[in-house]
Amino acid sequence: MKVLIVDDSTATRLILAGMFRDMGCDVLEAENGEEALKCIDSGEVHLAIVDWNMPVMDGLELVNEVRQREECKDIKIIMVTTETDIDKVGKAIDAGANEYIMKPFTKDMVLDKMRLIGIQI
Amino acid sequence: MEIITLDNFRFVADLLHQKTGIVLSDEKVYFVETRLSDLLRNEGIGSIEELIETIRRGRDAALEKKVLESLTTNETYFFRDVAPFEALRKVVLPDIIQRRQGERRICIWSLACATGQEAYSIAMVIREHFPQLASWDLKIIGADYSREVLEKAKSGTYSQFEVNRGLPVSYLLKYFIKEGDRWLLKDSVRTLTEFVEFNLLDSRYSLPTPDIVFLRNVMIYFDLETKKKILANVKNTMRRDGYLFLGTAETTLNIDNSLERHVFEDNCACYRIGQ
Repeated sequence: MKVLIVDDSTATRLILAGMFRDMGCDVLEAENGEEALKCIDSGEVHLAIVDWNMPVMDGLELVNEVRQREECKDIKIIMVTTETDIDKVGKAIDAGANEYIMKPFTKDMVLDKMRLIGIQI
Repeated sequence: MEIITLDNFRFVADLLHQKTGIVLSDEKVYFVETRLSDLLRNEGIGSIEELIETIRRGRDAALEKKVLESLTTNETYFFRDVAPFEALRKVVLPDIIQRRQGERRICIWSLACATGQEAYSIAMVIREHFPQLASWDLKIIGADYSREVLEKAKSGTYSQFEVNRGLPVSYLLKYFIKEGDRWLLKDSVRTLTEFVEFNLLDSRYSLPTPDIVFLRNVMIYFDLETKKKILANVKNTMRRDGYLFLGTAETTLNIDNSLERHVFEDNCACYRIGQ
């Protein structure tokens, strides 16, 4: 499974990338939404873990953009962000995110949410 | 951290086994020291020696209960293991609804419910998928030994960490209100539940007769005799055509072979009284 991690925090990308590589996944990393779109264009991505607040193109814009592309409709998106306002959670889901995790997170949280959207590793 | 003597450890372990059925082996000394050290701080007691001496004298039942409560495990989260809730939605509730068309009453137990996430997960499944039950007499009873966790369960209020674990975001948006940094369950879910203090070792279960029982990830803490006693109590109390869910790693095999195992999707199993 190919997983794309989109976060401007190097530390968060490191943690998530290590976690998914340990599970045997191929991992791509992007620092913002624009870089993420290039990764998506370059190959099949099954799951995207997306932060909200990033420079250039933020996570919500990225989700909106991905969901407008017919060829990306099967990509599962989990937002992992410090945004905890219920209206913002609703906005992310309305835009097309499949699940939402509020930072700080644990590996178990990510695994539980993956299971909820039908991804078993 | 406070150190406990082997004699005091065994006294506490015996008391816990006698009052709750939970078995603590000798390698759990560190666990007991950690939990009792927290209790000492909260109660303003100087040492474990002093605490145990008070309990040994038998004059402070409330403190004894706090000691025992501090040694119970309250790990729980929303929709734990997912599969039992899928089985509930797809098979168990449709069957029970069919069987109870006449009386229009359903009772579900969530035993050793801790802070209530299992009971509320069941309630959310019902609100989400079974609108026809709105006019039924339906109750989900969460029961636990610990008063402290029951108070939290009754409040229906959870931290960000707790709602992050296992709860589908669509349910968070639909059934919770955010108050400051806490998440509060809406009344539409809370009114389906009731939380009561309860000991699985009681000789007779005084709760309303259940159609469905969740007794998950509890039996692992008991010895064989206690497991037999609890299963017998559950079996004698639940409806003859009811359903019993145990934890993924738990079984009735060699404990009560009269209970029949029924396997659903994802290898999720539940148990029924042989018809």
